[in-house]
Amino acid sequence: MFLPDFDYHAPESLAEAIDLLARLGPSARVLAGGTDILVKMKNGLAAPAALVSLKNLHELRRIRWDADRGLVIGALATHNEICHSPVVQERFLSISEAAHKLANNQVRNRGTIGGNLVNAIPSADLPPILITLGASVTLAGADGSRTLPLEAFFTGVSCCALKPAGEILTEVAIPPQATTGSTYLKFGLRRSGALAVVGVAAAVTMEGDLVQDARICLGAVYRTPTRAVQAEKVLIGQRWTDDLLEQAGRTAVGCCLPISDIRGSAEYRRDLVRIYTRRALRRAITQGHG
Amino acid sequence: MQAITDKQGVKRYLIHITVNGDQYSPVIKANTLLVNLLRDGLDLTGTKKGCELGDCGSCTVLMDGKPVDSCLVLALEADGCEIITIEGVARHGELDRLQRAFIDNAAIQCGYCTPGMILSAKALLAGNPHPTEPEVRAAISGNLCRCTGYVNIVKAVLEAAEVKP
Repeated sequence: MFLPDFDYHAPESLAEAIDLLARLGPSARVLAGGTDILVKMKNGLAAPAALVSLKNLHELRRIRWDADRGLVIGALATHNEICHSPVVQERFLSISEAAHKLANNQVRNRGTIGGNLVNAIPSADLPPILITLGASVTLAGADGSRTLPLEAFFTGVSCCALKPAGEILTEVAIPPQATTGSTYLKFGLRRSGALAVVGVAAAVTMEGDLVQDARICLGAVYRTPTRAVQAEKVLIGQRWTDDLLEQAGRTAVGCCLPISDIRGSAEYRRDLVRIYTRRALRRAITQGHG
Repeated sequence: MQAITDKQGVKRYLIHITVNGDQYSPVIKANTLLVNLLRDGLDLTGTKKGCELGDCGSCTVLMDGKPVDSCLVLALEADGCEIITIEGVARHGELDRLQRAFIDNAAIQCGYCTPGMILSAKALLAGNPHPTEPEVRAAISGNLCRCTGYVNIVKAVLEAAEVKP
């Protein structure tokens, strides 16, 4: 398969990378793990004049716990690094599990969390769980860096809030939580190497049987990962029962707008949303963050 | 990284890469994929090309010990890395216990997926010397066998895990 020609740059610092991207303009693209951009280039869906490789920016690979900011994951952390990170497993097993559900082992060794987010594919596996946990992203550009909630980051299919002229997603932060449990469930046609037909993440704050707060985020059933706010309202302030979770699942169906494609019909996806919302909630309520 | 631009204006880069313990310093274009450097540049054709999109795992090699699809890695990104291909698995003319177990268990049919399967299995056993069957299945789940000979492949990996290295 033919990979078109391009110029290659491997800057030594973030400042140099931002400067390069600003100078080269929108015809340059960032190269992190390469598992998306190289596929797009082979398929003729992208033809950047230059690739700016971030491989020398080792500081963007770190995963750490910060007392104020919570779990801070560098944009270049690979899915397997996130999956096997002791600090991620200790704090949010649900994020580690979501990273493990993504693609296959070889891709998880190269693909990065930053790439998974900026590609902004509706079926991406990390956004739903990160959104339910209130994650924010830091974007660094020529005018300095800004932070915004991940929920506001996605603007459409393959579209995100990253400015075309030289912004780089540098890290993802998951704040210290009041939530007591979270989970991400995915239905794919294979267990490995398959895109989500439906992905559902749930995070809950429980006090005994009482649902104090609930957040639900649906993947692969809308233009962007989308919160099922009406379904959350069904739960908040109620004591949980199987019937309540079923009711929340039914309400979540009304919060999405799935398409029919080779992986499943819209009708099938709606049914999956109901069932997976119910199951995700039950797991988050009964099993904590994993 | 040293770059050379020829009279036609084509830019090439000098990289240093260790493949199966041997050090190479090839001069390559930016769009050279690791799989093509291995097969065409170094004549190591044991690494196979299948889907070339990161789905099938035929082109799996170990990059600093981790299995990756060499069709989705620019050779430039492997600068300074240590690569193991199927040619580097046997030592001093002696088959690795995984290769021996694949033969003994008839885990090879057409053979096209075998190099990738063995490298994925090798990475598994390096980190987990005594895997369970589900762990073996998970480890090779990024490698497709279109002869569907998975039963014998799993048997072979489990058997290799029991043999002392």
